[in-house]
Amino acid sequence: MAKKAIKIRAKLKGDVVTVKALMTHPMETGARKDKKTGKLIPAHFIQEVVCESGGKTRMTAYWSGGVSKNPYLSFKFKGGQKGDDLTLSWVDNKGKKASETVKIG
Amino acid sequence: MNNRRRILLKSGLAVSALGTAALLVPRAVLAAWPEKAFHAKKMPEALQALAGTDSASESGDIKIKAPDIAENGAVVPITVSTGMDDVESISIVAVNNPFPLIASFNLGEGALGFVSTRIKMGKSGDVVAVVKAGGKLYSAKKGVKVTIGGCGG
Repeated sequence: MAKKAIKIRAKLKGDVVTVKALMTHPMETGARKDKKTGKLIPAHFIQEVVCESGGKTRMTAYWSGGVSKNPYLSFKFKGGQKGDDLTLSWVDNKGKKASETVKIG
Repeated sequence: MNNRRRILLKSGLAVSALGTAALLVPRAVLAAWPEKAFHAKKMPEALQALAGTDSASESGDIKIKAPDIAENGAVVPITVSTGMDDVESISIVAVNNPFPLIASFNLGEGALGFVSTRIKMGKSGDVVAVVKAGGKLYSAKKGVKVTIGGCGG
């Protein structure tokens, strides 16, 4: 893939880690029509996003096609350390996967 | 002649067995994805399928940050935060969307009651945040006016 599927940043402030992630994905609902052919564009969206850090699952998100194209996600958690690995991965409804690891800064 | 029939039957069985196996595999992988909740066309149905109950009491301890007027319904930034203890999950529902349940975030260890994302909205309506804390559902809503719809084209 030319473009990175996930851009992610994790920052520790006080004792709270803030995670911000941008994913590259069309997020088709399956209800939209192709303007040229008039045919429905098949659904293609991220179904599951999992974020792990320090050997623990910090967040599991289940999504539908109602999340915007190239989704943005941000959340916070306690108990992270500077320099810890943080992995975010997703699976879409076609079974495609991507994941990215960063260090908490 | 009888022999041939046996062979045919056998190969038929083998093919169908393969077929079901192929169909079953992706389902098993995504078993956790609450398909029924996401395919529900009304909010109570979606909550019932997601959490097993559709009664959510309104709470002042849930804050939704969303624009009053969204110029583009395809990208509506939503931030939900809550100061409650024992938050298990935060779900975002757009009441007037064809499929109201948009996203459900299950908070893991240490996670705070805060999520931020961008959603699509078909038309103006309420955005409801449903927070599951201590086994109970709490909700808060905010009206968002959409100038251009984001579902469809």
